[in-house]
Amino acid sequence: MTDKVIYVMYDDDQVLKDGAMKLVSKGIKISEVFSPFAIHGIDPIIGIKNTRLGIMAFLYGLTGLTLATVGMRFFMVTDWPINVGGKPNFTYLQNILAFIPVTFEFTVLCAAHGMAITYLLRNKTLPGMPAQNPDPRTTDDKFVIEIRLSENSMKEADLDLLLNETSYIELDKKNID
Amino acid sequence: MQKEAVIREPLILGHKTYHDITEDVCRPIEDKAPKMWYILFGIALIIGLYGVGCILYLLGTGVGVWGLNKTIGWAWDITNFVWWVGIGHAGTLISAVLLLFRQKWRMAINRSAEAMTIFAVFMAGLFPLIHMGRLWVGYWVLPLPNQFGSLWVNFNSPLLWDVFAISTYLSVSVVFWYIGLIPDFATIRDRAKKPLSKKMYSILSFGWSGRAKNWNRFEMVSLVLAGLATPLVFSVHSIVSFDFATSIVPGWHTTIFPPYFVAGAVFSGFAMVQTLLLIMRKAMSLEAYIHTKHIEYMNIVIMVTGSIVGTAYITELFISWYSGVEYEAYAFLNRATGPYWWAYWSMMTCNVLSPQLMWFRKLRRSLLFTFFISIIVNIGMWFERYVIIVTSLHRDYLPSAWSMHYPSHIDIGVYIGTIGLFFVFFLLFARFFPVLALNEVKTILKGSGQSYKESPDYHKHH
Repeated sequence: MTDKVIYVMYDDDQVLKDGAMKLVSKGIKISEVFSPFAIHGIDPIIGIKNTRLGIMAFLYGLTGLTLATVGMRFFMVTDWPINVGGKPNFTYLQNILAFIPVTFEFTVLCAAHGMAITYLLRNKTLPGMPAQNPDPRTTDDKFVIEIRLSENSMKEADLDLLLNETSYIELDKKNID
Repeated sequence: MQKEAVIREPLILGHKTYHDITEDVCRPIEDKAPKMWYILFGIALIIGLYGVGCILYLLGTGVGVWGLNKTIGWAWDITNFVWWVGIGHAGTLISAVLLLFRQKWRMAINRSAEAMTIFAVFMAGLFPLIHMGRLWVGYWVLPLPNQFGSLWVNFNSPLLWDVFAISTYLSVSVVFWYIGLIPDFATIRDRAKKPLSKKMYSILSFGWSGRAKNWNRFEMVSLVLAGLATPLVFSVHSIVSFDFATSIVPGWHTTIFPPYFVAGAVFSGFAMVQTLLLIMRKAMSLEAYIHTKHIEYMNIVIMVTGSIVGTAYITELFISWYSGVEYEAYAFLNRATGPYWWAYWSMMTCNVLSPQLMWFRKLRRSLLFTFFISIIVNIGMWFERYVIIVTSLHRDYLPSAWSMHYPSHIDIGVYIGTIGLFFVFFLLFARFFPVLALNEVKTILKGSGQSYKESPDYHKHH
């Protein structure tokens, strides 16, 4: 099915936000916003849910904590307990204080790297991936709203009239398959 | 957009637009490098290569080429290690701790400070590795299954904690830095005209497109990574201090070490940031973004951490007497009046007296004075580690074993070499990477830009 994508370009983040608010109040579905930096407050307007990456980081951290605990218990208590200067480490509890630094570092290591990898995968940003922003200026000082006709019941002409009220600077339409 | 009080000095001077910020940061990367860059790079490279030569000689011959002896088994090697790790701390403090405290002035300096952190930790990591003498068995510090039976590394040893602390610190700093760099690489990619640089920056930018959801995730990742990196700032140098504090050598066996080392690390790190930024802002014409106010903020951090370090020195001295332990008291008396008195008093002058001058507003806002003090502080902080390590070891419990440490030319060559290598990395960074978090800086333009703050609309409601 062919579809038409409309790219509406603004030269200010606040103007885009006001425009988006106007469009959404008229029932328009905005499918994407491209910007050179984070526009604070745009997410609820265009219906983007907050990311769950924070929860993932916590889970990765828990994994690191568990691995470090289990690992050190195995190395130092089960497999080869060493008697250092009359201080034997035959139980985990006796030695837990000495294990805290590594436990902490390993928790942070797993949480940070796990989160970073998940972030890159979820964003589909990996070395060699092609850029998908509609205009190279959106990484400089321009802000673009993307609207798909198939996602909206409004006629194109009516939509154009509505867009005219949002003081955009450029309008681009593309047919896609 | 967040507004702030009018009396607060603007963070971005002049009448900048979003596009100006892109231009100002990208131009030095896109233009030809100035002649000065080649000269500095050449000098740094020669010094760095000399250091590499010394390291190769050391690896081929053995650690005996250092000026160590049976009494002083640790000297310049660990001094340099602690010095470089300490320098690294400012970058993470700026990018992580100041992010959590919502300090907007960090945005102009966090990128280069973090780069400095990473390169400094590279240099630091080199010392324990070459100190092993057999670099190729460096992986023995990891708990890997091995052919020696159930022989594991000792998790009760602070030296092993250090392995985990430094490697976590380095890798998390790299990730934090790179995640911030991705959107800025995308900006350079979209401006690049030459096919080669377009290709390079599109690989580096990972195909970043700046979708709203990407930014939503970006902000969460920055916040959580800052939260994770903040305890790292404190833990890494605490663990470095445990290398000494958990031993029973008088002068090392001190409970004040962890906080004192952390304060010292931030102190020396900020001094190094000042040294680098004062040159960089001028060479790359970034005076509008990194100006007197930023320098002043950093000088205040230097003053506060310098005072903490000074208090720690005096506390140490007091406790050595108050403890009633004569060995402990002698260790400190010997530092101040023994054969290494000059090192002790250089440390005291550079680290305790000089930052106190920052109480004067005129001085802490003077760029030339700041540059001078930043170098003094780094010399002082090197002496601090030298004093702690060498003066504590050189006179031990057995007077017949007392000795002095004289550095060999390899000691000096390796140390000077790491400074050269550090500048090689930093100059490459300044040449090819966006030295300012340009897209982040755009977010504070309307709130803290001079032209916006001075406009009559600034205090009206939207």
